[in-house]
Amino acid sequence: MSDGERPGDSVNGVRPEDSVSGVRPEDSVSGVRPDAAGDDETSEPSGKASRVDPTPEHFKRLHPLTPLLRGWAFLAAAIAFGGQDALRSGEMGRFGITVVGIAILGMVTGLLSWWFTRYGFDGDALRIDSGMLNRRSRRVRLDRLQAVDINRPLAGRLLGVSELRLEVAGGGKAEAPLQYLAVDDAVRLRAELLARAAGIDADTPEAPERVVHQVPLDRLVWSTVLSGVFVMGLVILVGMGVAFAFVPNRTATMGVAWSMLPGIIAIGAALWNQLGRNFGFVLAESPDGYRIRKGLLDTQHQTVPPGRVQGVALRQPLLWRVKGWVRLDVDVAGYSGESTDDSQRTSTLLPVATFDEAAEVLRQVLPGSDPLAVPLSTAPRPARWLRPFGWKRLAYGFDDHVVVVREGVLYRNLTAVPHAKAQSVRINQGPVQRRLGLATVHVDTTPGPVDAVIRHRYAAEARQIVDGQTERSRVARKVDVPEQWMARYRFAGSDRDGDADGDGNPTASSERDQE
Amino acid sequence: MSRKLVSLRRLVLIVSVVIGTAVAGVGLGLLFDEVGVAVALAGGLVALVWGLWLIPRNWRAWGYAERLDDLLVTHGVMYRKLTVVPYGRMQFVDVASGPLERRYGLATVQLHTASPATDAKIPGLPAAEAARLRDRLSALGEAQAAGL
Repeated sequence: MSDGERPGDSVNGVRPEDSVSGVRPEDSVSGVRPDAAGDDETSEPSGKASRVDPTPEHFKRLHPLTPLLRGWAFLAAAIAFGGQDALRSGEMGRFGITVVGIAILGMVTGLLSWWFTRYGFDGDALRIDSGMLNRRSRRVRLDRLQAVDINRPLAGRLLGVSELRLEVAGGGKAEAPLQYLAVDDAVRLRAELLARAAGIDADTPEAPERVVHQVPLDRLVWSTVLSGVFVMGLVILVGMGVAFAFVPNRTATMGVAWSMLPGIIAIGAALWNQLGRNFGFVLAESPDGYRIRKGLLDTQHQTVPPGRVQGVALRQPLLWRVKGWVRLDVDVAGYSGESTDDSQRTSTLLPVATFDEAAEVLRQVLPGSDPLAVPLSTAPRPARWLRPFGWKRLAYGFDDHVVVVREGVLYRNLTAVPHAKAQSVRINQGPVQRRLGLATVHVDTTPGPVDAVIRHRYAAEARQIVDGQTERSRVARKVDVPEQWMARYRFAGSDRDGDADGDGNPTASSERDQE
Repeated sequence: MSRKLVSLRRLVLIVSVVIGTAVAGVGLGLLFDEVGVAVALAGGLVALVWGLWLIPRNWRAWGYAERLDDLLVTHGVMYRKLTVVPYGRMQFVDVASGPLERRYGLATVQLHTASPATDAKIPGLPAAEAARLRDRLSALGEAQAAGL
């Protein structure tokens, strides 16, 4: 789903009234929607969808240090590339001029881009206008808000600014990273975003929170040491160290020393991913959903509103079994990220916890059910031909709210997906499976680390699972948490059921470009 | 699904096999003389026969059903697949028709949900049927749309 278009809009490209040059088909939706121009007196007549409305006066600019922070990476790249060239040719003078030139150019474009970027609330959406020549106006619908993150990279922490990321369900990339805002502004904006998205008064201060879980430092360190990557790196290092001691001549020692590099990289990666990123991990709960704070150098504050969890996985790496520890990962729509690295960063619910603590959190993020108490049925005997080890671990079960899948012998895994969040259900059957009379059922969720795959069931049973799952999902969707999660208290009794999209326009965000 | 899809796929198969065989024949011919050319021709022939046999089988395996609350799509001979997509979960519908497909008056309808794994593609529909399906799916999708 590219930008979360209305079903049918992208079909066959363009409807006649949309074929204004430079406007993508779905953009006219926001252009002509009455509330798009709601409290904006200076807006153009709605018919001219190709014109971007002038930015309202009260819209704010980003933090003035933005060009500097955004530009430095650009400058560093210029120095690196130019420097290489200069070292080779030996012309340092020309190199200096080039770098200064690029720096000035970067500063000017950065300043211009900063000057022309403004954001503010426009009706029921957050609107971000940017670009000097290509004016671009982006509206993010808040009832589709999936998560709000405040990230502070190291440089940003030193300068007192932070980045605010809004995740709406739409495509892989974060919808609208506001880089950079003053820390106070970011916190205030987050509170306002959440209040508006919840369907309550915009001036409501940030909701109070209750700390659910804090990861002690020693446990985090041990969990890092006991992770597979770390152990692997250590084995390489020790092995090479032993080899080092026995190697007789000088030339071979260099070779051995180089072979240590993968070990060092593995250990570094393990340290960074588990320890650095999850340093000082705090999970808290509030009426706005759950909040996560973490990070050693770059800090991250995530807020995921209620009813946005698309699936949870409880995992146990082999060595953690010694301590009885597990980790929890979640799927949140929009958190997928372009890379697996990105998705790991954002989808950790608990980096390491005891089983009981994790069970407690699991029950909280999936209200109304206890995935650990769901009775499971194991895969039938023929599955042993496809999974000689661990076919007995393959199991699935369901209750009124979730479908639960268990698998993995060495790396244990328990996945729970709420019926209401299943996107589609599939059966796959390969040639070998057909011989054995087996099939695999997939319950598809939004992109992320959590996948519910019910492997190797009898074909007839698989068909039953699909039919049952389809029905359970249909029923569950009707009673799911509404998108404006606080509105259910305000409108208690009225018919705000699952169809929170009563306006018939499921466009999560829209964007207009103009040449 | 229109039977024309079989003709289209046959055409594509024949053209690609001919080109593939020619390229492989020249390459292998330079390396191994006549033996190479013979191997390339034999390979091309096998691919052609196998493909011609597979295409109608594969075509027969495609199927879809519009049910009350969801769309059911099934396909595959070796690897059988069945996908159930609730209308309320549809994000958008794509109708694509390439230059060749257009010549045959065909189009491919694809449903997208918020999950990239959803595999609901119906190829080789007559253009009118594709348009009807698209409109119906869009209408149903809008009527039953649920939040994520």
